[in-house]
Amino acid sequence: MSATEGSAAAADAQAAGPVSAPPQQRQRRTISAEDTLLSVRGLQVHFPIKSGVFVDRVVGWVKAVDGVDLDVPRGSTVGLVGESGCGKTTLGRSILRLVEPTAGTVTFDGIDVASLEGEDLRQVRRRMQMIFQDPMASLDPRQSVESVLTEPRRAHGIKRDQATTVPRLLDLVGLPASAANRYPHEFSGGQRQRVGIARAIALEPELIIADEPVSALDVSIQAQVVNLLEELQDRLGLTYVVIAHDLAVVRHIADVVAVMYLGGVVEQAPSDALYTAPYHPYTKALMSAVPIPDPVVEDTRERILLEGDLPSPANPPPGCRFHTRCPYRQPTRCDDERPALREIVPGHTVACHWAEQIHAGEIAPRASAIVEAVIDAEPPPSVPIAGDSTTTTLGPPPGI
Amino acid sequence: MPDPAAGHLLDVRDLSVVFTRKGRRDVRAVDGVSFTVDAGETMGLVGESGSGKSVTSLAVMGLLPKRGVQVGGEVHFDGDDLLTLPPERMRDIRGQDIAMVFQDPMSSLNPVVPIGRQVTEVLERHQALKGGAAQAAAGDLLNRVGIPDPTRRLKEYPHQLSGGMRQRALIAMALACRPRLLIADEPTTALDVTIQAQILELLKELVRDSGAALVMITHDLGVIAGLCDTVHVMYGGRVVESAERRELFADPRHPYTGGLLASVPRLDAPRGAPLHPIPGSPTDLLPWAHGCAFAPRCPNRVEPCTESPPALESTGERQLRCYNPLAAAEEVPA
Amino acid sequence: MSLAQVEATTESAKVSEEGGSLRRDAWRRLRRDPVALVGFGIIALFVLVAIFAPWIAPYDPADRPGAGIVTPTNIPGPSAEFWFGLDELGRDEFSRVVFGARTSLLVGVVALLLGMAGGLVLGVLAGAFGGKVDTVIMRIVDVMLSIPGLLMAIAIAALLGRSLLSVMIAIAVINIPIFARLLRGQMLAQRESDYVLAATSLGVRRRSIVFGHVLPNSMSPVIVQATLTLATAIIEAAGLSFLGLGSPDPRVPEWGLMLANTQRYLASAPHLAFFPGMAIVIAALGFTLLGERLREALDPKYRR
Repeated sequence: MSATEGSAAAADAQAAGPVSAPPQQRQRRTISAEDTLLSVRGLQVHFPIKSGVFVDRVVGWVKAVDGVDLDVPRGSTVGLVGESGCGKTTLGRSILRLVEPTAGTVTFDGIDVASLEGEDLRQVRRRMQMIFQDPMASLDPRQSVESVLTEPRRAHGIKRDQATTVPRLLDLVGLPASAANRYPHEFSGGQRQRVGIARAIALEPELIIADEPVSALDVSIQAQVVNLLEELQDRLGLTYVVIAHDLAVVRHIADVVAVMYLGGVVEQAPSDALYTAPYHPYTKALMSAVPIPDPVVEDTRERILLEGDLPSPANPPPGCRFHTRCPYRQPTRCDDERPALREIVPGHTVACHWAEQIHAGEIAPRASAIVEAVIDAEPPPSVPIAGDSTTTTLGPPPGI
Repeated sequence: MPDPAAGHLLDVRDLSVVFTRKGRRDVRAVDGVSFTVDAGETMGLVGESGSGKSVTSLAVMGLLPKRGVQVGGEVHFDGDDLLTLPPERMRDIRGQDIAMVFQDPMSSLNPVVPIGRQVTEVLERHQALKGGAAQAAAGDLLNRVGIPDPTRRLKEYPHQLSGGMRQRALIAMALACRPRLLIADEPTTALDVTIQAQILELLKELVRDSGAALVMITHDLGVIAGLCDTVHVMYGGRVVESAERRELFADPRHPYTGGLLASVPRLDAPRGAPLHPIPGSPTDLLPWAHGCAFAPRCPNRVEPCTESPPALESTGERQLRCYNPLAAAEEVPA
Repeated sequence: MSLAQVEATTESAKVSEEGGSLRRDAWRRLRRDPVALVGFGIIALFVLVAIFAPWIAPYDPADRPGAGIVTPTNIPGPSAEFWFGLDELGRDEFSRVVFGARTSLLVGVVALLLGMAGGLVLGVLAGAFGGKVDTVIMRIVDVMLSIPGLLMAIAIAALLGRSLLSVMIAIAVINIPIFARLLRGQMLAQRESDYVLAATSLGVRRRSIVFGHVLPNSMSPVIVQATLTLATAIIEAAGLSFLGLGSPDPRVPEWGLMLANTQRYLASAPHLAFFPGMAIVIAALGFTLLGERLREALDPKYRR
């Protein structure tokens, strides 16, 4: 084995960013809310359920995405969180028209994406790219990295800078130039995801939709990829929609977070506001369920346990979609009327009839849903979290 | 060396697992792992892919294939060395005294047999319950693990249940014989967070109520933080650090443990707090024979790390395998 | 030990040492597989015999060097002069078996190529377009599959008249639906994969996706099937000739026809059935062995 191959083993090591300079507190760019790059209105994606012996008849609809509004300011990162089956992946794909929306509009930089056909659609796709969850599945096993990275340019007939494209892309994502003539199965998971990211930025897009970009990776690799995404955003001025089930990752990377439940957005707010003061009962439950790698916090936390499972999107409950599992459910209104997304605090929208009352503590959750931490030792009453100047904010919200 | 007379429920000593394949280099998946678990204790085994955590649990359960695998060391469970027991005795112990829950509930359940039959089968086999009594006991169990409407669920097939319900059914089967040791291998990794919270709460409750011991195998430090009493961190088939839970999280000494904690984004961290990833990938292992497996990725690497393997040294409750550990935190919480 | 040495011993460095594409990987595994090598050896022998038949065979297959020796009650078996003995007309059996390899190979390969071509066209149409095109093509394929293969081949061969070409066409036709269905299934599965989605989102044209990604990644089982089909094609060709549907020209030796002609002499001259029979079995075995091992080498599920 040659020396260069040996050093390729350390590709991830080099790729972890400039090792000499440890990551600093990231400077947040100022983002103008007026400069909207992507705007989604009333988006619906309903998949037909077909049945029949000779001729397929539509016997029902899976309402994967059911009326979503979303604005993504240029240069920002919007996080989409929710559990499996909430429609977040379908939403991401329908924005790129990889899945056909059944209703609603997707406006990208003033262009109505939903109405484009053929060549016009292909041209717009240049400006919007996608990063996939499973880096192995998203790469053609028979394609060398060089071919992966030049294919997008070939498809769009881009001829300039042909010789420098591949080395430049590899350098941007922290892979050695020698990676170009290797095949996907020769890389580790983290390196493969870097190849996927390099492909996504090959056409110099403005918007990248990252669908679970780190969840298939080993814990110690996830941070490398998260840091790479942030670095690329700073260097290339990218706008991200990050889809993830891991709230901690989204909290880290996103400026604005939208929480989805059963095909709809139930709460949307700036990242900080959402995490310090969630309004929607589902958001509260979701956040209380995320384990935190700190025994001190874990021992003092209160958990809201949801009952049962996600209802089927083919047959969503009437009224508020969440009412079947909501620990704050109030009689009749929650069961009958689907709450609209409304702005409670500027920039903070919630789809819950009782958001203010719950927030003010006027409506208490069912006692059975609350699990107090079982304290087997004697924890200090209020413990500052390591590396944080503020105190634990997962208990009762301090209000905004 | 722990005293064998100390009477730990599970006492694993110098366990090693080597996969031998014709024409291939032997792979030492587990290499000299020792730990003890007492009744009522929850022990966490943390590591990434390739750390040997799952192989360790399979070796303890005697579930590794006989061909192409060499298992060394001792696994004492309640006085018996499980590695030397005849297969029939081992089968009795499995399910009766030790039970296991796997990551993927679908592949652990028989898809063509109703849930109820699968639970009653275990009861009939190990508890000598018959017919109606077994049915009733199965219903009780499903109820206990939080499966609503157990009489209806008993008749359903695995594919008719959701992921969370399947995992509950699996836990119910594991509990059917009131095992004294439950080994859970990534039981919540395939589940959503709200369901994960339900399952973790259930496991906690069961340990509290039954006094059984729990070995929790996971890659998720968050899960460990809220659940386990003691934690063993594995890397490249060896334990690199182990300590009591609070101590480990407050004061990680091994650069790998510290690196993991610094690289995981925390929900409660202030926004914009930088992540400090561990460079390289878990596949960049240095064979332990040549030094420390973590050396190629270690920021604290010093000369000896690539010359000879560091030994696992004990100080009080903590064990550490490192030549150049991270500085101790200034104050360790009680 | 320096760090460079350390890194040289790490796991991923070992992986990169065995670099190359998946196909090359499969090829490497195949070369180390003794069973595959045996299969490959048989095929090589078969092909070489077919090519060099005029040089290997001591007699012209139509010549009757034993014309004076052979009577209906005395058909001599193997001897030093006639290795496989003489046939009922006094022709050299060894030379006829050797030349028979030519016919078998020709029929097998041409039938396979025709069948595969037809199957691939239908499969690509169905797999690439999906929807209505797919439904129509697959219904046709279903109908074709529901007719027993041999019956269909007999009907076609009977319709086109007795000739080698009609045997080839008949075998090709029964293989078309098999290839069409196989390729279509593979392509539909590949179309769902993330890398196709990725290519679509990059704006790669549909044609390039189908021919650049989907089709190449669907070909592995087709290659395996082709190898196995050669084995069955050889058997089917012999079968059709045996039934009297092959070439009417008695001067062109064909293993199936040779078998058919020996029926009357089975008791007195068993060698006449034995040698062509063995030739069919061994040729088919060669392709089957290679095909099975090729499947294992190409399919990650079988990797040991």
